[in-house]
Amino acid sequence: MKTLFLRMMTVAACFMVALTAAWLSPTARAETPFIIVASTSSTQNSGLFDYLLPKFQQSSGIDVRVLAVGTGQAVRLTRNGDADILFVHHKPSEEKFVADGFGVERFDVMYNEFVLVGPAVDPAAISSQTEAPAALKAVAQAAAPFVSRGDESGTHKRELSLWQAADIDISQAIGGWYRETGSGMGATLNIAAAMEAYTLADSGTWLNFHNRRGLKIVLRGDPLLFNQYGVILVNKAKHPHVKSALGQRFIDWLLSAAGQSAINSFTIEGERAFTANAPADIVSSDKKQSE
Amino acid sequence: MILADAASILPLELKNVSLHTGQKRLIKDISCTLEAEDITVVIGPNGAGKSLLLRLCHGLLTPTSGSIVWHGAAGRNPSLFQAMVFQRPVMLRRSVRANIDFALSLRKVPRHLRHDLIEEALHRAGLNRFAQTPALVLSFGEQQRLALARSWALRPQVLFLDEPTASIDPAATHVIEEVILAMRKEGTKIVMCTHDLGQARRLADEVMFIHRGRILEKSDASTFFDGPKNDLAEAFLRGELLWWHRRELTPP
Amino acid sequence: MTDFGAAISTAFALVVYLDRDLSEVVLLSLKVSISAVIIASIIGLPIGAALALYRFPGRTIFIVIVNAFMGLPPVVIGLVVYLLLSRAGPFGVFGLLFTPTAMIIAQVLLITPLIAALARQVMETLWLEYEEQLRSLGTTPLRALGALLWDGRYSLMTAVLAGFGRAIAEVGAVMIVGGNIDHVTRVMTTSIALEVSKGNLALALGLGIILVVLSVLVNGLVFFLRGNNRQGVTP
Repeated sequence: MKTLFLRMMTVAACFMVALTAAWLSPTARAETPFIIVASTSSTQNSGLFDYLLPKFQQSSGIDVRVLAVGTGQAVRLTRNGDADILFVHHKPSEEKFVADGFGVERFDVMYNEFVLVGPAVDPAAISSQTEAPAALKAVAQAAAPFVSRGDESGTHKRELSLWQAADIDISQAIGGWYRETGSGMGATLNIAAAMEAYTLADSGTWLNFHNRRGLKIVLRGDPLLFNQYGVILVNKAKHPHVKSALGQRFIDWLLSAAGQSAINSFTIEGERAFTANAPADIVSSDKKQSE
Repeated sequence: MILADAASILPLELKNVSLHTGQKRLIKDISCTLEAEDITVVIGPNGAGKSLLLRLCHGLLTPTSGSIVWHGAAGRNPSLFQAMVFQRPVMLRRSVRANIDFALSLRKVPRHLRHDLIEEALHRAGLNRFAQTPALVLSFGEQQRLALARSWALRPQVLFLDEPTASIDPAATHVIEEVILAMRKEGTKIVMCTHDLGQARRLADEVMFIHRGRILEKSDASTFFDGPKNDLAEAFLRGELLWWHRRELTPP
Repeated sequence: MTDFGAAISTAFALVVYLDRDLSEVVLLSLKVSISAVIIASIIGLPIGAALALYRFPGRTIFIVIVNAFMGLPPVVIGLVVYLLLSRAGPFGVFGLLFTPTAMIIAQVLLITPLIAALARQVMETLWLEYEEQLRSLGTTPLRALGALLWDGRYSLMTAVLAGFGRAIAEVGAVMIVGGNIDHVTRVMTTSIALEVSKGNLALALGLGIILVVLSVLVNGLVFFLRGNNRQGVTP
């Protein structure tokens, strides 16, 4: 009846007031200085940021907000000025970013590897191979199912370069044994696991991936599978609003002895996920983080 | 603002009123005058235009041609002094009391006057014990009584009723007719249409017979029921002028 | 099937131990979607009522568009809002991107047409019933509007709940404009997407179960508060 409805309206009104109050009230998080880092889902899914960033926040008081998207999207976002720092793993894109004036300077931070994963039965008999192009050739010859990210990410571009090195025109096979998911690494791994197919993955995502089913690593160690991560601060000249000072402090920390050793100490089930490789001269200059 | 003792807005004069929709001519050149002569009952076969005529008089429909004038209005808004009850009662989804209150508030009756008006209206319609009941829980007959009570509370000078007891059982019909008579006693002009000839005989002071959008006869009740001049009216009284006979019977 | 069993026990454990991350994510989901539905109702209900009561040129086209927009893909809205709020876009100066505010904006755009379209339907049906009698009583458009909104309140509440359901269940819009940033813009749906991409299917499903239960609780609460519909006839 009317009274009950009015009661409900009063509750709703109180709720709205509480909501507005909660919204407007300054929270600890709102007052903390923060930067936005556009990075890839590979670093996110590995769990590196969950491990690394609290350490940085503790020493600097700066909150790092990570956008984990595909490399292509990360670069686009940062070009638009929606992030302060670009932290991805595709050197050509990164160098173009700086060359076009959007970035100040590019630094190596860490590396890991790409791995070829596939079904345990290994229909293309890859595990006997040591070189990636040759392994892919075997996949093509066996017409074994292969899943590609197909999303112009760093991983995808590396995969395409491998097909090229193997002298295979992969566009012919699209839709047949070669399937493009147009998705991130995790989604692609889920699909590969369900289809019992081969795929190229970054080791960070793979190590922390828990739906492997019958998938296992079939090839690793080829120098062509080297996966370098780089970090770039957005150029204030292009985007005046960018938080250059705070961003620089993050980069400084990443490249410092403290940051580098933190990266090295991050493990997934006992295995080191990333190897820090910032230029030695920068690491040793050890720019201290001021409080 | 209801002004119970205000000057009457009657007489109502219709002059050459016609109503067309597209190709169909529904009301054809009607001219008549309604005086403050108690209860006027409009009868006629289905589809004759009774309901349309009432709606035209009340102002719910605009005539395609012709004029409808309340000669007693004298600059006032005539709709403030009218009310209408429809064949199917329309109630708001709230209590019986609240429905009457809503109508009074629309007519800008001051809040402190409303309580007594509502009480009286409920009492007259015999609905006191339902005051707090949700209106839609009431039976059809009770809702129609409520519609009447609501109209009564407005103290209209003219009350239009469109077949008010068409779908109601005899007992409830009787109660409603009693209320109508009571309202007439208090000075309200009643204009109602019905297809129930018994009801027409019981209530009418004046009868208007309508057929195919025209008024064929208008006379006082006793004259009409003893022997109507128009033979279609006569056929109707005999129960012969039903809608499917329309084409067969042509006036000589 | 082991995934389902693992999912239920994971969900249970998360809730029972009041997992901090979980409660953060749940609260943010509620905050964003409830704010969005309140704003969308304030905009959408009057639009729906106006469409029902008034005739104006272009009304039919407007109704068709509003109805069509009920099914706007969330990811498209997310993209559009991103383009608007991006630093490279017209409203970039406000720095709203990747904040809960951007998420609320996107969800408001998403559910306002839904609420307006459903409200219009409710109001139109009621007006059909009431129009003659209300005009006879001498109503003004404003009083009529008020009567319709009040009398149709239960159906309108359902419309609002439909909007809430759509908002709290969508992932496409909030993913793009929020960025799924940990502790800042991560909500239930984006959490589920993230856990799926990490292959943590049991956890993802557990979160999904919690989300469904949450939705049931909200609907149950509204039903409880509105009491028995003793009006007899549901509008």
